[in-house]
Amino acid sequence: MKLPIYMDYHATTPVDPRVLEAMLPFFNSHFGNPASRNHSFGWEAEEAVERARKQVADLIGANPKEVIFTSGATEANNLAIKGVAEMYREKGNHIITCVTEHKAVIDTCKKLEKQGARVTYLPVQKDGRISLEDLRAAITEKTILITIMTANNEIGVLQPIEEIGAIAKEKGILFHTDAVQAVGKVPFDVNKAKADLVSMSAHKMYGPKGVGALYVRRRNPRVLLAEQISGGGHERGMRSGTLNVPGIVGFGKAAELCRLDMSADTERLSKLRDRLNEKLHKNLDEIYINGSQEHRLPHNLNISFAYVEGESLLMGINDVAVSSGSACTSASLEPSYVLKALGAGDDLAHSSIRFGLGRWTTEEEVDYVVDKLTSVVRRLREMSPLYEMVKEGVDLSKMQWVTH
Amino acid sequence: MAYSDKVIDHYENPRNVGSLAKDDANVGTGLVGAPECGDVMKLQVKVNPETGVIDDAKFKTFGCGSAIASSSLATEWLKGKTVEQALAIKNTDIVAELSLPPVKIHCSVLAEDAIKAAIADYKKKQDEQKTGAAAGDTHAQPTA
Repeated sequence: MKLPIYMDYHATTPVDPRVLEAMLPFFNSHFGNPASRNHSFGWEAEEAVERARKQVADLIGANPKEVIFTSGATEANNLAIKGVAEMYREKGNHIITCVTEHKAVIDTCKKLEKQGARVTYLPVQKDGRISLEDLRAAITEKTILITIMTANNEIGVLQPIEEIGAIAKEKGILFHTDAVQAVGKVPFDVNKAKADLVSMSAHKMYGPKGVGALYVRRRNPRVLLAEQISGGGHERGMRSGTLNVPGIVGFGKAAELCRLDMSADTERLSKLRDRLNEKLHKNLDEIYINGSQEHRLPHNLNISFAYVEGESLLMGINDVAVSSGSACTSASLEPSYVLKALGAGDDLAHSSIRFGLGRWTTEEEVDYVVDKLTSVVRRLREMSPLYEMVKEGVDLSKMQWVTH
Repeated sequence: MAYSDKVIDHYENPRNVGSLAKDDANVGTGLVGAPECGDVMKLQVKVNPETGVIDDAKFKTFGCGSAIASSSLATEWLKGKTVEQALAIKNTDIVAELSLPPVKIHCSVLAEDAIKAAIADYKKKQDEQKTGAAAGDTHAQPTA
C-alpha cells in the first residue's frame, strides 16, 4: 500500500490511464482546430469532438446535439443560470434554488439578485433533502428556473430530482441540476429527471480538469440561453471559444468508461464505504453520519466525530487525504454551510470529515484509515475538555460559554 | 495549512495534558471558547499559597493543532512562575514562539484568556476562603 492515501474523490479524481492515452494524440499529432472546416486537420479534430459529444450524451441519455462543452461545471452552472435569467427576463425574474448548493450556483444566484432577480433559497430537512411541499409553495407566476443539485458534494445526499423535474414540468418552469457529483457515479437520465439543463465536469469522473459540459434540452421544450462568452458562435452559439480538443476527447473517454463500469464500480465502492462506516462505528462511540444514509452517493461518507475538532483530526491523519467541514480548514473561517443547514449544530460541523472513495480505493486503504482515525480520535478525546465534561455528566448545550 | 515544527511537536507530544482537582482551593480553572466556534480550552493552575508560585499546570483543548499547541505551550511557561509573572504572558509571545500565521492568532488569544481565567478563578477562591474564614470569626464572636 502506498502512502499518502487519497480519499477525497469529491474534490477531484486522477485521470484514468485509458483516458490519458486517448487524449495524448490530440496535443500534437492531431492538433487541429475543429472550427477549421476546410482541411483534414480540422475535420479530424471535429470528428474527435463529435465522438466525445456522443460519449457524454450516451452517459446521460441525451442527444449529442444537446451537449455544450464548457471549461468546467462552474462555467456550466453560470451559463445555465445567467443564460436563462437573461433569455427569459420577459417571462419572469424568480429563481428557486437551495441552501446546500455548490457555491458556483449560490454565488451566481447572489449576483443575479444584485441585478434585480428574486431568488428563493429552499431550506433542507435534517437528511439534507429539500421538501417538495416547500418547493411547490415557493413557485410563483414569475418563477422561470428551478436549480437543485442532483448530489451534494459534501454529504453526498441525492435530491429527489425526478419529483422536482415533474413539478417543474407541470408548472412550465425550466429545471437545471448541477449533477457534477452524480453523473458517471449513479444512473442519471435527463428524461427520467425531466431536466432541461444539466451541469457536468470531467475531472470528477476520472477525466481531465478544465473541461465540463452543459446539457441543454432541444425538444419539449427547446431551451434557449443567452450566451455568456461571445466570439465566433461555437457550440450552437451558446459558448464561443476554440474547443479544448484534448480535454473534450478525455471527457468523452471518461464518460464512456463510467457508463461501462458504473454498476461494478458502484457495487465495489458501496461495499468499501459501508466497511469504513461499520468499522468506525464499531471502534468509536458518539460518531454521527451527516445526511441521509438512504439517498446517498455510494462512495460518500460524511461523519462527525463529536468532541474532536476537524482540523486537529486531519493533522493526526496526515498521510490520508480527506476534507473537513471545520472552520479552520476553510478560507472563510466559517464551518461548512452545508452541515450548518442540516441543523445539527455548528459543533458537529467543526468535527466532520468527508470521505470520498473512488476507482482506486482498496480494502487495505479503508482498513488503514479506520485504524489511524480510531487512534487519533481516541487520543484527541483524551485531551478534549468537552469529552471529559460529557463523561462527568455535564450537558454541553446548557453551558454558558465565554465566546469572543 | 503548513504548520511550524513547534506546533507539530506540541500537537504530537502535548505537555501537561490532564486535569487537576477543580475543587481544591489552590487550583484555579479557566474554561474559555465555545464548541460552536470550534475551540474550547480548559487550563488549570495549582498555586503554592505560601510562595504564590505555580507548581503545576494542566490543559485540555478541543480545537485545531494551533489551539492545542498554544495551550500546551502556556502550561509549560506557567510552571514555576508566580501568579503575577503568569499574568504578564501575552498572546504575542505565544504567536512568536510557535510562529503562528495570522489566521491562527485567535488561538493564542484564547490561550492568554485561559491563563487569565484560571488565575482569576484561583484568586476568587482565595478571597472566598479569606472572607469565609472572616465570616466564620464574626459568627464565632457572639457565641464566645
